[in-house]
Amino acid sequence: MFLKVSLYISLVIFLVGLVYKVSTWFRYKIGIGAEEISTSTRFFSTLRGILSTVFSFKILTLLKVFVLDVLLQFRILREDFLRWIMHIFIYGGFMLLLLMHALDKTITVAIWKNYYSTVNPFMFLRDLFGAFVIVGVLIAIYRRFILKVPRMFTNAMDIYTILIVAVIMLSGIFLEASKMVAYSDYKRMVDEYSGLSDPEELKSLEAYWVKEFGTVSPNIKGPFDEKILTKGKDLHQSSCAECHARPQWAFTGYGAAKLITPIGLSIDRARLPSVLWYIHILACFVGLAYLPFSKMFHIFASSVSLLANGVIGKEKLAPANRATLQAMELDACTHCGTCSLRCSVIMAFEEISNINIFPSEKIGSIKALACGNALSSKELRHLQEGVYLCSNCYRCTVVCPVGINLQDLWFNVRETLLRKGYPEFLVLSPLSFYRGLMKEETVLKDYEKPLTQAREAIAAQCELMKKKDKVLALTPTNRKLQSGLNLSAQAKTFSACFSCQTCTTVCPVVGNYENPQEALGLLPHQIMHAAGLGLRDLAFGSNMLWDCLTCYQCQEQCPQGVHVTDVLYELKNLAVKQVREKTPEPIERK
Amino acid sequence: MMEFALFLGCTIPARLNQYESSSRAVLEKLGVGLIDIREFNCCGYPLRNIDFKIFLLSSARNLALAEKKNLNIMTLCKCCYGSLKKADFLMKENASLRKEVNATLEKEGLKVEGGIKVKHLLSVLYKDIGIETIKGKMDRTFKRLRMATHYGCHALRPSQVVEFDNAVAPSLFDQLVEVTGAESIDWPMKLECCGAPLWGINDRLSMDLTLKKLNDGKTSGADYLCAACPYCHIQFDQVQKRILSQRNVNHPLPSILYTQLLGLSLGVDKKSLGLEMNEIPITGIEELLSKETELAEQPESTEKKESSKD
Repeated sequence: MFLKVSLYISLVIFLVGLVYKVSTWFRYKIGIGAEEISTSTRFFSTLRGILSTVFSFKILTLLKVFVLDVLLQFRILREDFLRWIMHIFIYGGFMLLLLMHALDKTITVAIWKNYYSTVNPFMFLRDLFGAFVIVGVLIAIYRRFILKVPRMFTNAMDIYTILIVAVIMLSGIFLEASKMVAYSDYKRMVDEYSGLSDPEELKSLEAYWVKEFGTVSPNIKGPFDEKILTKGKDLHQSSCAECHARPQWAFTGYGAAKLITPIGLSIDRARLPSVLWYIHILACFVGLAYLPFSKMFHIFASSVSLLANGVIGKEKLAPANRATLQAMELDACTHCGTCSLRCSVIMAFEEISNINIFPSEKIGSIKALACGNALSSKELRHLQEGVYLCSNCYRCTVVCPVGINLQDLWFNVRETLLRKGYPEFLVLSPLSFYRGLMKEETVLKDYEKPLTQAREAIAAQCELMKKKDKVLALTPTNRKLQSGLNLSAQAKTFSACFSCQTCTTVCPVVGNYENPQEALGLLPHQIMHAAGLGLRDLAFGSNMLWDCLTCYQCQEQCPQGVHVTDVLYELKNLAVKQVREKTPEPIERK
Repeated sequence: MMEFALFLGCTIPARLNQYESSSRAVLEKLGVGLIDIREFNCCGYPLRNIDFKIFLLSSARNLALAEKKNLNIMTLCKCCYGSLKKADFLMKENASLRKEVNATLEKEGLKVEGGIKVKHLLSVLYKDIGIETIKGKMDRTFKRLRMATHYGCHALRPSQVVEFDNAVAPSLFDQLVEVTGAESIDWPMKLECCGAPLWGINDRLSMDLTLKKLNDGKTSGADYLCAACPYCHIQFDQVQKRILSQRNVNHPLPSILYTQLLGLSLGVDKKSLGLEMNEIPITGIEELLSKETELAEQPESTEKKESSKD
């Protein structure tokens, strides 16, 4: 009764959860274009996509992906052998236990008519599969907490996942062990199956079980007479062996039984077997009910992601399907950290305390964004910086064991966040090269806005630049600016500038304009001069800084050895630093 | 055998696969061993505008990784080259900076001591393999091919740091192009920037500069432009394609990667060269290939040309 009721309750929660979670794939809006597409459009568009794939030759690709990537998980193997062993052990062991042990009355019995959980090979196999899971969980714990795989983060969900599997497995093993030592279980089996009634015979059998199989008896204790044992053995062979293999075959349970033998009597008296049974069953049902809301949901979502991305490949998706795919992919992420391990720009984290630089951690923030949580301005700026600080090398996408198209996700989220209007200074770096190549994917007005906005935010800090006609007072030299220009150890050379204008003359950017000052503000030699005078505002506020190609013509040809390009680089760094520091709640730098 | 740690950077594996495959094929043919270090990260170039320290740490980590394996680095990208050279230079020049960087790298058991060299593909071909060796391996040469050779800023300048070639009158790349039988023409804007560093930041300016350079190449009589850097090539290929449609330019000056050009004359299999992957078609260049290895005209060349086409 208890079993049935709790099973049905957890099954209902599981199913409702499943439907709810899958519905979010069609409801959550990620990125540009998603806002205008209704849930039903997305649902039917996906349905059409699935049907047209299934009824085409792509079904072969699907089958291939299902076998190689979903079942055998080659994508994990390719990245990390130990992790593959870990995952195959946990997933393989658990699936086999589910099919052969948890569902034995429906599945196992249907296949093997002579199935009994206490006979071999079933008894042995159950423990073998259990051992697989235990080994897998131990590797998982080892990787996370002892080996400390670089850039792998452990969050509450990871711990829950390890815990729930560990509780299910350990309670199962100790349940088996406690039944092995428990006298009442022995007694029950004798009463039910042996048909013996002669006290002598019963005693012999009991002695044999105590000696050989670890039963802890309140009545008798070894050592036993050889004769009694021989008799017990005969009785065992005739009455028990047919339906009960030697408990040693259940090696994990037997090993655990040996551990608890000294307290075997108390265990029985405290009715520990039934307590453990409740724990085991409840843990399974909690695991089942909570599955759709936990990391375990990846069992479904990751398979879907592998299959979907397997057939999509580099194909360009319809906006409705792209939105659905990306919402689904958020659930497919197992937080395994492979992307962060391979990420190209991860050294940035050494300077910027922003966890969103790590791809594996960005996903968490994007989830919060997608499900409509009101993120604070600071959180949004953190995420924006995280998704922009990306060299678009596709490595995360290539290595993701569940095939998520992370690159496209970053691009999409990046564009959505940029629209929110927080200036992002990283747009003024060659990181934007990719964005330029992807220009046609964006709306032109949204494309230009972040670029002008970032420049304006920097220029807004420069009072002197705003008042073009103002006569400059002979401002005292800003020594702080000058001494600040020493990062690259070469940039300090600007003081040697005697304004010969060679740098400006050879600059291809200056040469591009008929009236360069109008377009660029201060020209290179003037910026060198401004830096020399400590006129920070003038140096920072010029468009010239951000329109510099860094082609090094100026620096190469300077007769005074001024490292013009390096000075410009450094002024850009300082300008960004300054405007960032003035932003309320700045992102912390180290 | 000569061995290098191959530094691909971010752009090539993501957006220019043909540069990687053609480079690998060409270098295999020339007997250069390539070691892949998976732990390599971004060279730091894109971050230099914003944060010098991130740039330096990223770059230095790559140097340290190669140093750990005691391998010299070969880059295919000129911006990677410039960045790694700059970091290498600073690490040697500035002891306190090196100490600071190593303190961070130490967390991963890495250290920069300056024991390795950073080279660009072109300098490996020119200095380590040598023009004569390459000549000896030629399968076919180009005839009547006028090439605008594009050096790329970050390989040439600042010369004090990059040590690539004479920054004012370089000849290394021209000689490498001429090995294939092509003529490397003189053009006024040869040493100018391709415009790529501003692509995505100021597209109009970036296109202005690219267009100027392309026009200069065309008026100087070039048939193709030759690049050996992913940024330059993408600028001359994908961005030029946009220029053609947005600025009503009649005909393009297509860009071919140097490893594609050299690969064709070395007889490297076509699949690795990926000629069809360039957005502005360059497959016509094959028609200018002739079978003989000598640059001098030979009377029976026409017959051989016929057979090579088959």
